[in-house]
Amino acid sequence: MPHDNRATSRSKKTTQLCTFRVGNILVGIEVDRVQEINRDQAMTTVPLAAPEIKGLINLRGQIVTAIDLRYRLGFPERGEGEKVMNAVVHSGEEIVSLLVDEAGDVVEVEEDDYEPVPPNVSPVIRRFASGTYKLDNELLLMLDADEVIDGDFSEQGFTNGYGGKRLQ
Amino acid sequence: MDEIIEEFLTETNENLDQLDQDLVALEQDPTSVELLGSIFRTMHTLKGTSGFLGFNKLEELAHAAESLLSKLRDGILFLTPQRVDVLLAVVDEVRGLLASIEANECEDDRDLAGLLLRLEELQSDDAAAPPSSPADVPQPSSDADLPVVVSSEGSIESQSEESPFPGRGIEPEAQSSEVQVNLLAQEQHLDIEGEQQDEVQFGQHLEGEGGQRDDTEGEQQDEQDRSNEPHRSVTDRSIRVDVDLLDALMRQVGELVLARNQLMSHPGISADQAFYQTVQRLSLIVSELQEGVMKTRMQPVEQLWSKLPRIVRDLCKQSGKEVILELDGGDTELDRSLLEAMKDPFLHLVRNAVDHGIESPQERAERGKPRAGTLSVKASHEGGQVVIEVSDDGAGITPSKLAAVAVKRGVVSQEELVRMSEREIIDLIFRPGFSTAEKVTNVSGRGVGMDVVRTNIEHIGGSIDVNSTPGEGTTFRLKIPLTLAIIPALLVGSSGHRFAIPQASLLEMVRLEGSEARAQIELIGQSSIYRLRGRLLPLVRLDEVLKLDDKGSTGQSVNIVVLQTDEVSFGLVVDEVFDTQEIVVKPLGRHVKHLPLFAGATILGDGTVALILDVPGMANLVEVAEGASVASSLAGMEADHAGRVGELASPLLVLRVGTNRKVAVNLADVARLEEVSSAQIEHAGGREVVQYRGQLLSLVRLEDVLELSPKERVQDMDTLPVVVFSTDAGLYGLVASEILDIVTSKVEIEHLGDSPGITGSMIISGMAIDMLDVDAAIAFVNRGHSSNGSKELGDSLVELEVATSAS
Repeated sequence: MPHDNRATSRSKKTTQLCTFRVGNILVGIEVDRVQEINRDQAMTTVPLAAPEIKGLINLRGQIVTAIDLRYRLGFPERGEGEKVMNAVVHSGEEIVSLLVDEAGDVVEVEEDDYEPVPPNVSPVIRRFASGTYKLDNELLLMLDADEVIDGDFSEQGFTNGYGGKRLQ
Repeated sequence: MDEIIEEFLTETNENLDQLDQDLVALEQDPTSVELLGSIFRTMHTLKGTSGFLGFNKLEELAHAAESLLSKLRDGILFLTPQRVDVLLAVVDEVRGLLASIEANECEDDRDLAGLLLRLEELQSDDAAAPPSSPADVPQPSSDADLPVVVSSEGSIESQSEESPFPGRGIEPEAQSSEVQVNLLAQEQHLDIEGEQQDEVQFGQHLEGEGGQRDDTEGEQQDEQDRSNEPHRSVTDRSIRVDVDLLDALMRQVGELVLARNQLMSHPGISADQAFYQTVQRLSLIVSELQEGVMKTRMQPVEQLWSKLPRIVRDLCKQSGKEVILELDGGDTELDRSLLEAMKDPFLHLVRNAVDHGIESPQERAERGKPRAGTLSVKASHEGGQVVIEVSDDGAGITPSKLAAVAVKRGVVSQEELVRMSEREIIDLIFRPGFSTAEKVTNVSGRGVGMDVVRTNIEHIGGSIDVNSTPGEGTTFRLKIPLTLAIIPALLVGSSGHRFAIPQASLLEMVRLEGSEARAQIELIGQSSIYRLRGRLLPLVRLDEVLKLDDKGSTGQSVNIVVLQTDEVSFGLVVDEVFDTQEIVVKPLGRHVKHLPLFAGATILGDGTVALILDVPGMANLVEVAEGASVASSLAGMEADHAGRVGELASPLLVLRVGTNRKVAVNLADVARLEEVSSAQIEHAGGREVVQYRGQLLSLVRLEDVLELSPKERVQDMDTLPVVVFSTDAGLYGLVASEILDIVTSKVEIEHLGDSPGITGSMIISGMAIDMLDVDAAIAFVNRGHSSNGSKELGDSLVELEVATSAS
C-alpha cells in the first residue's frame, strides 16, 4: 500500500503552502502569494480604523497596512512582549501584512489530504478558511486570503455619517 | 504598437493642437502669410507621413485640405468663416482617425465623403468681396465683429512673434519664403525617396516643436523652444523623456530626501565636526537635486490654455455668444501630473463661464454692457501655490435665485437655508445634484456638476472658491499646489502619536500657558471656542476626534494649531508641536484610505510611519460639531446689517402670528430656527426663557409685541416655533405661531402708520405682510426689566460651565 500511495502522489496535484501559527491553529497561504516574512516592525496605529487593522509599517519605504490575524480569527489580543511576525502578502496591486504569531515551514500538500472545514469549527474561523489539510501530526487550515484581506471588517470609529463618502 | 506609428501619433496630435490655434488666430488675421504657411506645412507633413504609413483616409483628407490651403496661401481664394469651419472640421476628423489608429492600429470606417465634398466646393468660386481687414470677416451666426479675440501675454500672438533666437531677426517675408524653399526641397525628396526623407521629417519636427501637445505620451519640453513658427528649426536643446522615467526619478529622490532626513536626525551627527559638514553638504545637494527633478516635471499652464481659443470659438459659434478671451500668465509652471489632473475641472469652468456665465449679445446690449463678453483666465504663483482664476463679466450668480433652485432640487432644506450666509448660499453650487443651467445644453449640461470639479480639485490638494456679483460677473479661483510628491508639513503629537499637517492649510500656532489656557477657552454646549484676536475660533481636540488613549497629555499648556480650509478656520488642540519637515506623501492602502481624517502617510526621519491629517476632513468634523454654526452665524450677522427698509436685498422669512397675522423678518438677520416645547419654558427675572446651548434664550411672544386681542391669539401650543436672533446682549427667540415661507422676490416696503412692532407693510403674492421691527420686539421683552441683570445671569451660567468642565 505505501508503494501505491507514492505512485499516486506523483500524479496528484500538489500545492505549496507557507504555514503560520495564529493562536492555537496552524494556517496556510499559497506560497506564491507570500512576498516575505518579517520580524516585528515598528507599527503606527491608525486611529478610527477597524480594530483588525493593527497599523502601518514601513517596508523599505513602502507603507503597508497590517491586519491582525489573531483578531480576525477571534483569538484574544496579543499581550505585551508576545512574539509577532509580518507575513507580507500580495493583494491586487497592493501588498498587505498579516500579523501572525510565528512562521512555520513551507509544506507541500496533496489534494488527497484535503477535507472541507469540519462543521464544529466556529463560524468566526470558518469564514476565513477554505478547507483543511491533514498533515502527519497536525491539521492545517487553508486560509482564504482574499476574504482575510478584503472581507468585511468590524465597524469602528467614524460614526458621523461622513466616513467613506468621500471619493478617494 | 509600432514605434514609428507611435511617434507619428504623438507628432500629429501636437501638430493638431497647433493647427487649432493657428486657424483661430488666422480667423482674426486672414491675410497672415506666416500663419497660412504654417498651417499649410503642417497639413502637408500630415499628408506625407500618413501616405507613407499607409493611412489612406488621412492622406486623402490632408490632401484635400492642403489643396484648399495652397489656394488660400497663394491668394487665389480668401479665408471665409465657412472655410475656417471646414478646416477645423478637418482637424477634428483627423483627431478621430488618430484615435482609432491609436486604439486599433488602423483607420476606422468613418465616412469622409461629405467633408471632402465641402472641401472641394469651397475651393471653387468666390473672390467675391475679399476681406480686407479682420473686422470685415462676415459672421454667419451674428453680425458681430469677432467671435473670439485672443489677446494675451505668452499666448498665440506673442508666441509667433517672439523668436527663441533673438539674434536671427528675419523679416516675415524672408522667413516665409525661406520656409517655402525648404518645403519645396522636402517635397521633392519625398517624392523621390519616400521613406528616408520621412524619417528626416520626423526628426525635424521631433526637435523643432516642443510647443503644444496633446498628452498622449506626455513628454518633457524645453520651455525655450515653444515658438511654433516660422522657426521650426532643429535645436539640440531638448530631448524627449518618458514620463514613467521621470516619475521613477521623482520617487527615488523622495526616498533620498527621507534618507537625508533620517541622517540629519541621527543623534551621532553632531559628535564629529567633519562628518557633520559632509552631511550638511549632502543635504544641500539633495535639496538641489530634488528641486531639479521637480523642475523637469514642471510644465507651463499654457499647455492647457492652448486649447482654449478653439474651445471658446466653438462654444461661441454654438451658442451665438461673443466672447473675448484674455489669457495671462501662461508661463506659470505646474507639476505635470497636477496639470493633467486639473485639466478637466478647468475646462469645465471655462465652458461653464461661456455657456452659463456670459449672456447673449442681445441681453448684454440691453443691460448696457458691451456685446462681447470677456472671459479672463489668469495664472500666477502665490505662496507656494499656483492660483488660476477664471472670470467672466456675465450675469453673475444671484443668491436668492440660486437658493430657490437649491431648495427645489432638494440640495438644501428651507430650514438649512435660513442659517446660511450669502456666501454659503453661493457655495451651494458645489453641492452634488446642483446645476443652475435652466436647460441642459450640450455644452455644460452633461451631468458633470461643480461638485465633481471641487472633488477633483480637492483630490489633488487644491481648493476652489467662487466670487460673484450679480450682473457683473463671476470669478472662480483655483489654488493648486505646485507639486504633490513632497510637501512641507508640521509635525504634531497627541497622546504619544505623531501626525503631519500640510503646511498649506496652516495659519498660525497659539500656545496658552497654565491658568491663561483655562480662562481663554470658552464653552458653547460641549464645544470649545477660543477668542483669537476677537474672532471666535472653534476648537477641536485631536485626541478626542481621533479617539486616542490619553497617554501623555501635558495638562498645563494648550497648543492650538490654527488651520484653514475654504469653508472654515478652526483650531486643532494638540499636546505637542514638533518641527516642520519636508515630507514625502505616500498613499494609504485601501483598508485605511476611506478614513476621512487622513490624507496619506509619510515616513519620518527615524523610519517610523506618520499619518498626514486631512484638514478639509477635519473641517467637516468641525462643522458637524455643535457650536461652529453658531459661531459662523454670529460672524455672518455682523456682515449683514444692511438697510432694513426700502428695497430688499435678502430673502424674507414670513411668520404667522396668532390666527392670521403675517409678519416678515430679514432672513439674513436670523441666527437659527428652533422649536421649543412649552414644557421647556422657565421663568427667570419675570420673563420666559429656555436653556439653549448652555445659554439662556429669552423668549419674546410676538403675539404680545403686536398687541393681538385674545381672540386673535392661538391658545395652548405644545411646540412653539422660535426664530433665534443673536445680539450683543444675548440670544433672543421670537415666538411665532407658524413659520410660513421664505420669500425671495423683490418688494417695496410701504410705510403705513405706526402699528406696534412694525416698520412697514408690503404685499407679497396677494398677502398683506407686515415687516417686523426686530429691535423693537427684542426691546419689548426688556421693558420694565433691567437688561443688564439678565445679561449677567447669562454670563454667570457660561462661567459655571467652563468651571465644571475644567475641573
